[in-house]
Amino acid sequence: MAPILKLLAQRIALSLLLLLMISVVIFVGTMILPGDVAQSILGQSATPEALANLRAELGLNDPPVSRYFQWLFGALQGDLGNALTSGQDITSAISTRLANTLFLAFWAAVIAVPLAIFLGLLAVRYKDRWPDKLISGVTLASISIPEFLIGYVLMYLIAVKLRWFPSVAMINDGMNLWQKLNSIALPVAVLTLVVLAHMMRMTRAAILNVMQSAYIETAELKGLSTFKVIWRHAFPNSIAPIVNVVMLNLAYLVVGVVVIEVVFVYPGMGQYLVDHVSKRDVPVVQACGLIFAAVYIGLNMVADIVSILSNPRLRHPK
Amino acid sequence: MSEPILKVRNLKIGATVYPPGEKPHDIEIVHGVSFDLERGKVLGLIGESGAGKSTIGLASMAYGRGGVEITGGEVWVNGRDILQSKMRDIRKLRGGEVTYVSQSAAASFNPARSIMEQVIEASVEQGKFSKRDAEARARLLFDKLGLPDPDNIGRRYPHQVSGGQLQRCMTALALCPEPDLVVFDEPTTALDVTTQIDVLMAIKEAIRDTGVAALYITHDLAVVAQVSDDIMVLRHGETVEYGPVHQIINEPQEEYTQALVSVRSIDHEEKAPTEEPVLSVRNISARYKGTKFDVLHSVNVDLYPGQTLAVVGESGSGKSTLARVITGLLPPREGEISFAGRTLSADFNTRTREDLRELQMIYQMADVAMNPRQTVGTIIGRPLEFYFGLRGAEKRQRIIELLDEIELGEGFMDRYPAELSGGQKQRVCIARALAAKPKVIICDEVTSALDPLVADGILKLLLNLQKIEDVAYLFITHDLATVRAISDNIAVMYKGKVQRYGAKSQVLSPPFDDYTDLLLSSVPEMKIGWLEEVIANRKMESAGN
Repeated sequence: MAPILKLLAQRIALSLLLLLMISVVIFVGTMILPGDVAQSILGQSATPEALANLRAELGLNDPPVSRYFQWLFGALQGDLGNALTSGQDITSAISTRLANTLFLAFWAAVIAVPLAIFLGLLAVRYKDRWPDKLISGVTLASISIPEFLIGYVLMYLIAVKLRWFPSVAMINDGMNLWQKLNSIALPVAVLTLVVLAHMMRMTRAAILNVMQSAYIETAELKGLSTFKVIWRHAFPNSIAPIVNVVMLNLAYLVVGVVVIEVVFVYPGMGQYLVDHVSKRDVPVVQACGLIFAAVYIGLNMVADIVSILSNPRLRHPK
Repeated sequence: MSEPILKVRNLKIGATVYPPGEKPHDIEIVHGVSFDLERGKVLGLIGESGAGKSTIGLASMAYGRGGVEITGGEVWVNGRDILQSKMRDIRKLRGGEVTYVSQSAAASFNPARSIMEQVIEASVEQGKFSKRDAEARARLLFDKLGLPDPDNIGRRYPHQVSGGQLQRCMTALALCPEPDLVVFDEPTTALDVTTQIDVLMAIKEAIRDTGVAALYITHDLAVVAQVSDDIMVLRHGETVEYGPVHQIINEPQEEYTQALVSVRSIDHEEKAPTEEPVLSVRNISARYKGTKFDVLHSVNVDLYPGQTLAVVGESGSGKSTLARVITGLLPPREGEISFAGRTLSADFNTRTREDLRELQMIYQMADVAMNPRQTVGTIIGRPLEFYFGLRGAEKRQRIIELLDEIELGEGFMDRYPAELSGGQKQRVCIARALAAKPKVIICDEVTSALDPLVADGILKLLLNLQKIEDVAYLFITHDLATVRAISDNIAVMYKGKVQRYGAKSQVLSPPFDDYTDLLLSSVPEMKIGWLEEVIANRKMESAGN
């Protein structure tokens, strides 16, 4: 087998193994949390008999190992169980939520990633001159301010004062794409500001690192313009670190948007998770944890695969 | 006389330096150099590192590397002063009218793009040729430069071809846009002698066939004598001597030029093996982890006390691997090493402290072999503490003795490596090795990174120390002139085998095997017309092709 295929297969197998291990951690973690689901459902005044009945009904008395495997096999078949509190089917509840979260993350990424890379290239082109300093300053400021504050400030200025976009990001199936985009404009803007700095700075650093290479001098001595030198000769050799940080930020867009979803009352995974953590609804927390872990591992796997594919030595072996 | 392609008048170049412990300040590194270069002619710029030769070469493209800036003078290319030109016009000049071939083609090719893309890039960018015409021209050049499979080699990536081939690709890159002037900056320095000769010939023919003018920069007078019409000798940014090649080589006027022409003044009488060998390598075969091929095949060599065994070969011949096996960094697959009458453990981790002390090493790159944050005193003092437990005044006394032995003196004790020149750094490394009072020192290409005159000084020092300390050297090198200068015995290695082994006089006398003949005949000689002569008389191809 070509070495590159072997490497890719290894990397994918490793991701699956990691995901399996994470599922154990999530399951054990939620088991050792203090508190009792039956108690929180029935309240402080419940009788011991009622609690015992409910526990038996929910299967809380089964041995942990068999409960883990039941849960795992269910999850593999797309059945994440029922929420304890509402009895709702978790898979169907989560799927609309997840779709909403991915919708938000997707549009934030569509704007943030190209913008961050472009700004990074621009910062390299004008290194140590005012455009570089301005880009660095603004993006650093935006990452330093807590996201909920940015959220509220934008909400006040754009939604309340200028009335360009709604302050509450409600979306539903009846809306067309344009209406939806209009609705999520503010959270997308906030998320973009939050992830921009990290990606832009990594792009800048990775390209500057490559700019020291002898082949950059060769390109300059071919009479290429600075931007062509950066784009054609430096960028292809800095893809690996850039993709890594882009994927980390994409993962953040999916799993880290809890605060933003709450601020903008957006019906995504984050809100769903927060609601059920407070109700000690263990199956829901487990399901959310598993999905978040899968997103993280999956995106990082993509980053590694792109890194492997971007290496000419692996792509074109001797 | 036609108008010269390149006319340089009173060129001055400055740079900002950042000496440790001092304020950054500007210095002048080229002090008013002038010369003319006509169409179809080759001017050799020669000098030691720091002489400003590369800087002058790049100035003909209005380029300053790092913090280097052109501060005065005129550079006329095709009748216009490019130092007065706008950036847009300079870009048109670079890669169009004037092109550049660098020392390390391996570093100068972008690893992420195919060779063809990079070879034709300037031609297409400057509007000299369409993509298709440029590709056709590139294939023609590949063929002319003797590259294998010229129709397809352009599709390969830089890591897929050898160093010598890549250097030719770089020459094709420079010639592709039909420039008026090519700057060759040490184009063969990084190559093996046997490969150098082919690349040199390819470059020479390409220059002749295309009628391009060239600046040929090198520190090797023998090389430049083969390709140039005129030679300019530079030192410390000033012209020492400037004239036609036969005058510089045959009747040098200046003392410095005479020293360059007659470098390698060492005459070392070979010693006959006397006692038992101090180091015996017996039937060593070795391979790197995870590979299925031996890189050393049943190697047998002996090193006698107080003598020098030179191990010569091209890169990839296994000479450095042999050093790794002897030092225990790479345990061999077969065979054993006896040292001072005892068998050495294969892995350095299981060797006794005495074994480690008596077998020391000096490396090619002195700057990376020293901790930049330690002073010279600390660096030399460390083995004194570690092997002999010396402390305080006693240690200081010994460090001073060692510094005197390497002709630096006590004043260097508190300096940091960054404050030393290349030759001084290598001297400190020698002192560090000597501090352990070893029986054997392995010298791995210790003079390869140094200028010829400095290297000469290091070799003299090593020979002198051998007399005083009675230490034996295993001297690994690809440079046959060095071998002639210092060895008692020689082992010629080729593809992991010892091809020829014995006393110096015997190894270097005919009849030769084909490989040794190739190796010996490839060493550039200070003689005009040598290159053509050698190529005509060769019996085998070099491994680098």
